Amino acid sequence: MSAAAGGEGAVTYLAAIRRAMWDAMESDERVFMIGEDIGTYGGAFRVTQGFLERFGEERVIDTPISESAIVGAAIGAAMMGRRPVVEMQFIDFIACAFNQIVNFAAPNHYRWGPAVPMVVRGPCGGNVHGSAFHSQNPEGFFHRAPGLKIVAPATVADAYGLMRSAIDDLNPVLFFEHKYLYRRVKAELPENPAPVDIGKARIAREGKDLSVITYGAMLHVALEAAEILSGDGIELEVLDLRTLKPLDDEAILATVRKTNRVLVLNEEPRTGSLAGEVAARIAESAFEWLDGPVQRLTCLDTPVPYSPPMEAFYLPNVEKLVAQVRQLSSY
Amino acid sequence: MSKNFGPLHPKAQEESADRLAATSLGPEDQKRLYHFMTLTRRVEARLSNLYRQGKVVGGLYSGHGQEATSVGSAYALGPDDFMGPIIRNLGSMLVRGVQPREVMTQYMARGTSPTGGKDGNTHFGDLERGLVAPISMLGALIPVMAGVALAGRMEGKDWVALTYIGDGGTSTGDFHEGMNFAAVENLPLVVIAENNGYAYSTPTRKQMRCRDIVSKAVGYGIAGEIVDGNDVLAVYEATRRAVERGRQGGGPTLIESKTFRMKGHAEHDDAGYVPEELFEEWAAKDPIARFEKHLLSTELASQEELDGIAAEIEKSLDAEVDFALESPFPPAERALEGVFA
Repeated sequence: MSAAAGGEGAVTYLAAIRRAMWDAMESDERVFMIGEDIGTYGGAFRVTQGFLERFGEERVIDTPISESAIVGAAIGAAMMGRRPVVEMQFIDFIACAFNQIVNFAAPNHYRWGPAVPMVVRGPCGGNVHGSAFHSQNPEGFFHRAPGLKIVAPATVADAYGLMRSAIDDLNPVLFFEHKYLYRRVKAELPENPAPVDIGKARIAREGKDLSVITYGAMLHVALEAAEILSGDGIELEVLDLRTLKPLDDEAILATVRKTNRVLVLNEEPRTGSLAGEVAARIAESAFEWLDGPVQRLTCLDTPVPYSPPMEAFYLPNVEKLVAQVRQLSSY
Repeated sequence: MSKNFGPLHPKAQEESADRLAATSLGPEDQKRLYHFMTLTRRVEARLSNLYRQGKVVGGLYSGHGQEATSVGSAYALGPDDFMGPIIRNLGSMLVRGVQPREVMTQYMARGTSPTGGKDGNTHFGDLERGLVAPISMLGALIPVMAGVALAGRMEGKDWVALTYIGDGGTSTGDFHEGMNFAAVENLPLVVIAENNGYAYSTPTRKQMRCRDIVSKAVGYGIAGEIVDGNDVLAVYEATRRAVERGRQGGGPTLIESKTFRMKGHAEHDDAGYVPEELFEEWAAKDPIARFEKHLLSTELASQEELDGIAAEIEKSLDAEVDFALESPFPPAERALEGVFA
């Protein structure tokens, strides 16, 4: 992951998330943290290390193993004007809180008025040999739920900026942080890092020949592939979605209309993944600009396998992407 | 027949047969309780008529027979407390200040309804009046109301959160998760478990093996109490004790209210699965008739006075029904508004 290089003052992606939450806690007393083992232990990945000492147990709440209760309590507190940030120890466990998220939090404002300004965050993603229940990207289960927002940062600046915006947002926001990036991606953060608008994609690399639309850890795969393909004379444009819900249609269509070929890359099983939704929007709204089929590169339609060669076979990677781009370029 | 659900403790049963619990409430409060129980039943009767006329959109869910539990418990709350009612707690909502026209316009999906037609039946709330709207997934409100109580503690307020669950809802994971979380955090949460014999068609013995729901309180290490759910004064007193306990830092309370659902799950359900003897047994314990008898025998009210309360309610409901019937449906495009806050 060449994008992971950082200078002397560089901080990790994990540290950026941690600092965003810390700064939010410092600047707004309504913000509090709630989750399993986040207090004394500082969280399974140490994202909340030091929070208990600084902010006390009233604002850093260690809970029983009860994801639905944690999210439910966060909803109740959010409706009353507090700003809860829920940690899912691994984002896979969010399934245990599915009902509270999709049936309570998401439609609440629409149904009867009160906003639910809540963040549910947690480590997602594979390539760490965590097997089926510690490696998933569950966005596909949630991206159809009206009223939810979903963000998935790929960089240090976005990890900080999207977290600040997520905490400030009046709506329930799911924050999928990729655990493979936690300590591998580093960059400098300015003294006063900027928030990043939810709902805005970003061109991570300009190119004219083919667009790769992606997010999260796969952004770094795309950027690495772009370097290799550049040597072949293929200039990839890489669009980092950053926000998965609501999708930045304008940015998606703009890059397709510019390069006329598009591949959607993401780390979910193929069926029902966000890649399909992005592809459908392009097919509906930019068909006449296309010089080839909208293609997807996703995980396989299996649970996340454990053994390293099997997991590598399951996940998209630079080699697969380069090969598929070459094939798509020949249209 | 009462083996289908946990009977009252023998002593309570004996007492409930003729007289109601001792209470600290004076005559005016007791007449208010009578007003709200009567109002609840009359609003539901009007809705039932409207349902038969095809004016109600979707289902209609009745709390007939359970008015004492709803009204008595809600009456024990202070003005700054919060309540999350579920589908059979119309009485609780009326006590909390909900107007009959809000309920009627909701059931009839009119644009003037509290949700503007976006949701139906009693699925609405109003934080100004301390009301959190329910969702249909039972149990979900318990963690949410624990969160309401948690926020109160964070804000340095002494508000209490009260919510309800049926015997069926106590089988959900959220019931357990929410009770346990409230217990370890010592939150001022009052949960009224209405054991009304049936969850849709499923008798309580198919929900749980324990005789009394309240025995679950032991597992959470919290206070628990069984109350005769058809005795409005007993429900009021038990809830008042629980509210005070919560407010004074004593943590959550689980109150089991023994009552009975006198209709089907919803208006379309004829409850053919309920033995007729059970309806007869519980009709004899009708909470409104019992309370009426109590008010008359203690001379807190005259028959004339009680008839006057009922007549006034009926007259006011004519106008409420007319308002709802005259209200237009919302414009279709309004469906697009308000997805995000």
